Amino acid sequence: MNESPEELDELVVAARGGDRAAFDELVRRTTASTYTLALRLTNNEEDARDVTQEAYMRAYRGLKNYRGDAQFTTWLYRITANCASTFLTTRRRHRHDEFPEGLELADARAQTDVEGGASNADLREQLDWALAQLPPRLRAVVVLRDVYDLPHEAIASELGISVSAAKVRLHRARLKLRSTLYPELDRVDVRAV
Amino acid sequence: MSVRCDEIDIQLSEVAAGNVTLPRASRRHVEGCLRCQAELVQYRRILAALRAMRTEVLEPAPGLIADILTQIEVAGERTAIRSLLNNHKAAYLGGLAAATAAGAAGAILVASRNRRSRVSLAS
Repeated sequence: MNESPEELDELVVAARGGDRAAFDELVRRTTASTYTLALRLTNNEEDARDVTQEAYMRAYRGLKNYRGDAQFTTWLYRITANCASTFLTTRRRHRHDEFPEGLELADARAQTDVEGGASNADLREQLDWALAQLPPRLRAVVVLRDVYDLPHEAIASELGISVSAAKVRLHRARLKLRSTLYPELDRVDVRAV
Repeated sequence: MSVRCDEIDIQLSEVAAGNVTLPRASRRHVEGCLRCQAELVQYRRILAALRAMRTEVLEPAPGLIADILTQIEVAGERTAIRSLLNNHKAAYLGGLAAATAAGAAGAILVASRNRRSRVSLAS
C-alpha cells in the first residue's frame, strides 16, 4: 500500500463518520495490496478475488470497531488473513484434492542448481515457486510474519491457533523454504565440525 | 560442552531475522562450523527476499474494485432499509405506548371524577 498513512487516516475518519465516498476511496487505494496478500495466502487468483471481496465486506461492517491503534492497512491485512484462513478451511472441507502436507513435488527449477542453490539473482523468482509449494497453513504464517511483519500474537489470533503453534509453523515454513531453495544443505546426520 | 548443529538448527532462522542472540557456546560452534554459517547466510537471503516482497503489488484482473464497490453498495442499502424498518417499528411501538399511557391516564381521571361525585351525592 503506497498511500501515506495520514491520507488513509483522513479517509478512515470520514468513512467511520458514514461517508460512503470516503470508504469507496479507501477500497480503490488499497485493493491491489489486499489482493496481493490474498493471492499470496491462497495461491489462486479466483480464490484471492473472493477473499478480497469478503475482506472489504467485513471491513465495511467492522469499521466502527476499528480503534486506530494500528495502521488501517495492518487492520485490513489482519481481516484478509482471517478471511483467507476461513476460506481455505471451508474449501478443504469440501474438496479432497489438496496435496497432503509434506508431499514433495518434483520441479525442474529446484534441480537445476545443484551446486550453489539459489543465487541472489534468481532467488526472488524461485521464492515464489517455493512459497507455492508450502502447505497453506505454513505459507500463511511465513507470509504474514516475514513479508507483512505481523506479530506472532496477531497471526495466531487471525488464524485461530496458539502463539506457540504459530511459532512452530513459522520455523517449519522457513526450514522448508530453505531446503527447497538450497537443497544441497539438507541436514542428514550432521555433526559439528 | 560441545554443541551440535541440530541443537541450534531451530534458532538459526531467528538469529538471521535478528530476533535472538545465540548463547556463547552456540556462537562458538557457528564460528567453527561452515555448514551452520552457510545455513545462516541462506536464511538471511531468504528473509531479505521475503521482506522485499512487501513492497511488490500484484494487480488484480480488471473489475475487482467495481465488484467490491457494488457489493458494499448492496450491503449499504440493506442496512439502510433495515434501519428504516427498525425506526418505523420504534415509532409504531412508541405511538402505541403513548396511546396506552394516555388511555390509562384518561381512565384514572374518569374514575377519580366518578368517585368524587359519588362522595358529594352521599353527603
